[in-house]
Amino acid sequence: MIQFDDVSKRYPSGQEALSHVDFRLREGEFAFLTGHSGAGKSTLLKLIMHMELPSSGQVFVQGQNLNKLSRRQLPYYRRNIGLVFQDHRLLFDRSVFDNVALPLQIAGYDPALAARRVRAALDKVGLLHKEAQNPVALSSGEQQRVGIARAVVNKPALLLADEPTGNLDPELSEDIMDLFRQFNDVGVTVLIASHDLDLVERMRRRVLVLEHGRLYDAQGTGAVV
Amino acid sequence: MKRPPAATSRRSTGAAAPAAHWLDQLRRAFARQQEAAVDSLLRLFAEPLATTLTWLAMACAIALPLALFLLSSNLGALADSLDRDNTISLYLYADLEPEEIDMLVDSLGARPEVASLQLITADQALEEFRANSGFGDVLEGLDENPLPPVLLVEPAADTTEGVVSLHNFLSALPEVDLAQLDLQWLQRLDAMLAVSFRLVLLLGFLLALGLVLVIGNTIRMAIAERRAEIVVVKLVGATDGYVARPFLYTGLWYGAGGALIALFLTTLGLWLLNGPVERLLASYDSDFQLQGLGLTGGFFVVLGTSLLGLLGAWISVLRHLRHIEPR
Repeated sequence: MIQFDDVSKRYPSGQEALSHVDFRLREGEFAFLTGHSGAGKSTLLKLIMHMELPSSGQVFVQGQNLNKLSRRQLPYYRRNIGLVFQDHRLLFDRSVFDNVALPLQIAGYDPALAARRVRAALDKVGLLHKEAQNPVALSSGEQQRVGIARAVVNKPALLLADEPTGNLDPELSEDIMDLFRQFNDVGVTVLIASHDLDLVERMRRRVLVLEHGRLYDAQGTGAVV
Repeated sequence: MKRPPAATSRRSTGAAAPAAHWLDQLRRAFARQQEAAVDSLLRLFAEPLATTLTWLAMACAIALPLALFLLSSNLGALADSLDRDNTISLYLYADLEPEEIDMLVDSLGARPEVASLQLITADQALEEFRANSGFGDVLEGLDENPLPPVLLVEPAADTTEGVVSLHNFLSALPEVDLAQLDLQWLQRLDAMLAVSFRLVLLLGFLLALGLVLVIGNTIRMAIAERRAEIVVVKLVGATDGYVARPFLYTGLWYGAGGALIALFLTTLGLWLLNGPVERLLASYDSDFQLQGLGLTGGFFVVLGTSLLGLLGAWISVLRHLRHIEPR
């Protein structure tokens, strides 16, 4: 699903965010990406989203070499990836329903079909009863769940999350992780960047550790090398 | 005999499925356009004060050249409606033989540019002068008639250009000493109208440029305002076209709204002027009426400014939207 071949990323400032990163994530896998802040977790996710390009090396997602992705292809590539932000990035000028419907609206779905999908996604995250509200009125845990509903409404093959529980208390974090696990159970490949080591350990999944731009595979032990 | 129809029917069914697909795509594309158009219009109405101010600014920029254009075209129509004394007086050389004069009259009378001719011979002119001027005694002392024969030419053309070109032709004739045309003031009016139409063009160009820039800047601010939203929609797979569409429609609506207000303002202006102008012209025995743009003219003004608005938005979108990328 994801393949990094000797990927390095150096920013114009000279800072090397990733150096010689090599890893593969198989289809249907569930992995965590840990490391303290500034270790390059966000950069790695941005490379997968094609928000940044590697300084050297190649990134493949679903067999597609991202270095060869044209500007024209980029939107269609991104439609296959669900992205959950730490700050959820909901749009406060529209309802919960419209926020979740956004990816479908962009992809040009038939409105009736889109509405069914949106309600299914909201039902999945337990917020169907709040579809008409403005996300501003929701708690941060609920906002994050709306963000997740928006990320999965398009049924993407790959789900990325950047510190999805960063602003939540442990109990809410557990709920969120449970949601990710459920999506993984139906075949979605999941990669979550998190520095919440306790939570990562409890999930007992594959863990990739980033340290000073270098990646180590902690193969499901949950231990930090 | 049976094969060709079978072949055609197979071909038509073969084409039917893709055609439906193609139509379906077209319908969706149309629905997307409609959605963006309505959405951007609703956004404009959601901020009535800002939108109205922008529309009024547009309207002023449009109304100014429009008013000048209406003024010029009405003056032009008024000038055309006036009775013009187009008669050209040809003062012939006094030493021409009567046969030569007759030949000239015949040849001029045959020209299509000439409506009618009237010859006043030197003797007739003298008679007239003697009768009307009161200087008859002076003439008694002269040995010969000092007055030249005169030919009054009524041009067939009723445009200034036509009359002037006939006048130029007549002046160059060898028999003609002087060709006089009492048309100078009309020529001056026409020249002034030409200047004013040129001015409308220049002013229109400048204000069109201003319109494009103002709309471009307004769209630039709208883009900056929705920056966060643009980043999010790009991350969930929005194409450049999807992101640009609402802004392009916003530009279009700004242009169209400004044009409608400008049309309203100029129509109101005409209506207010119509009464006094009618009274003024009635005193000159004219039944001239002020003319507006009419429906077609109004339609083209709205269409033109809408396209200018679209152009301004387009430039702004090209300049600014591409640079907003998720980072």
